[in-house]
Amino acid sequence: MTVTPDLDLRFREAAAAEGLLDVGFDVVDSPIGPLLVAATGRGLARIYFDAEPELHLERLAKAYGPRVLRSASSVGSAHRQLDEYFAGDRSSFELDVDLRGAAPFARQVLDELARVPYGRTTTYGTLAGKVGAPRAARAVGMVMNRNPIPIVLPCHRVVGANGSLTGYAGGLDVKERLLRLEGALL
Amino acid sequence: MEAIVTVPPFESFYVEHRDVVLGFLRRRLGGQAAEDAFQETFLRALRAYDRLDHGEHLRAWVLTIAARLVIDMGRRSKPVSHELPELPVEDGRPAYAQIEHLAGGLPPTERAAVVLRYAYDLAYDDIALALDSTPEAARQAASSGVRRLRSRRIHT
Repeated sequence: MTVTPDLDLRFREAAAAEGLLDVGFDVVDSPIGPLLVAATGRGLARIYFDAEPELHLERLAKAYGPRVLRSASSVGSAHRQLDEYFAGDRSSFELDVDLRGAAPFARQVLDELARVPYGRTTTYGTLAGKVGAPRAARAVGMVMNRNPIPIVLPCHRVVGANGSLTGYAGGLDVKERLLRLEGALL
Repeated sequence: MEAIVTVPPFESFYVEHRDVVLGFLRRRLGGQAAEDAFQETFLRALRAYDRLDHGEHLRAWVLTIAARLVIDMGRRSKPVSHELPELPVEDGRPAYAQIEHLAGGLPPTERAAVVLRYAYDLAYDDIALALDSTPEAARQAASSGVRRLRSRRIHT
C-alpha cells in the first residue's frame, strides 16, 4: 500500500500550516545545482549545496529539534527570492534568518557580511576590521567556511587580499558564477 | 546549545512507516476515510513527537495512534439513537485506555503486543508489522504479556 504523492503532499502541508515543525525544508533547483533550503519558525536557517536530504536530516534535528519535515511552504519565500536572485531580478534578500547556533564572534561577522552589497567584493581582512578584530582574517575565513546560509549571507563576495577567490564551500566554480551573475567579475 | 535527540528526524520516521499505516487504515476504514485518518494519525504523531523519550518501537507507537483514531471515528459515526449503552467502566476511561494503563509495566514488546491485541483488536498480522516480527512471535509476545499480568495480579 503506497501513499500517493497527493496524500503525501497534503500531510506535509497540513503539518507546516499547523506550525508543528521544528524545521521545514525543501530542495530548490537553481542554475548552480539543487540546494537544500531549511527554515525554522524564526526564519531561514540553512542552505546546503549538496542537496541530499539524508545527509542533513540528523544535523537539522540536532540543531533545531526532531520535528524535521520536507514541505515546500516552509521555505516558500526563500525559494521565490532565490529564483529571482538567480534570474538577475533581485539584488538583496528580504528574509528573517535564524542564526541561533552561531557563536557570538561568528554572529558578528555574519551580521557584517550581510551588509556587503550586491555586485561588490570585500576581503577577509576588511571584514575582520569591521568587527574590530583587524588581525583575525583567518578566523573570518573560518566563519565564511561554515556560513550556514550561503548565497543569502553572501560569503561569495569575500575574497583574498590579492583578489584571488581563495575558497568556497560550494566550490570555487560556484563562487565565480555567483560573482559573474552579480557583475562583480567580468 | 544542541538538543539531545533520541528519536530519528520525523522525516525518516514518516517515510519509513507511512505505507504500513495507510495499509492498516485502508483495511480498517477503506477509501476516503482512510486518507483522512492517515493525515490525522501523522499530525497526532507529530504533535507528540518531541515528547518521546526514545526511538524504539516507533512502528507500534504510530499504529497505536492509528488504531485509537479508528476507534474514535467508529464511535463518532454511530447514530446516537441506535447506540448501545457503553459498559460502565471503573474510572470512566474507555476500555483501551484501561488496558494501556494495566500493561504499563510490561517489557516493551509484550506491552505493545498486549495493547495492540486487546485494546485495539488488531490481528496478529498487523501486530507483526508493528513489531517488525512474525505473526507467531506477536502471538507469543501477547500471551506471555497476559501471563505476566495474571501472575502479577495473583502476587500483589
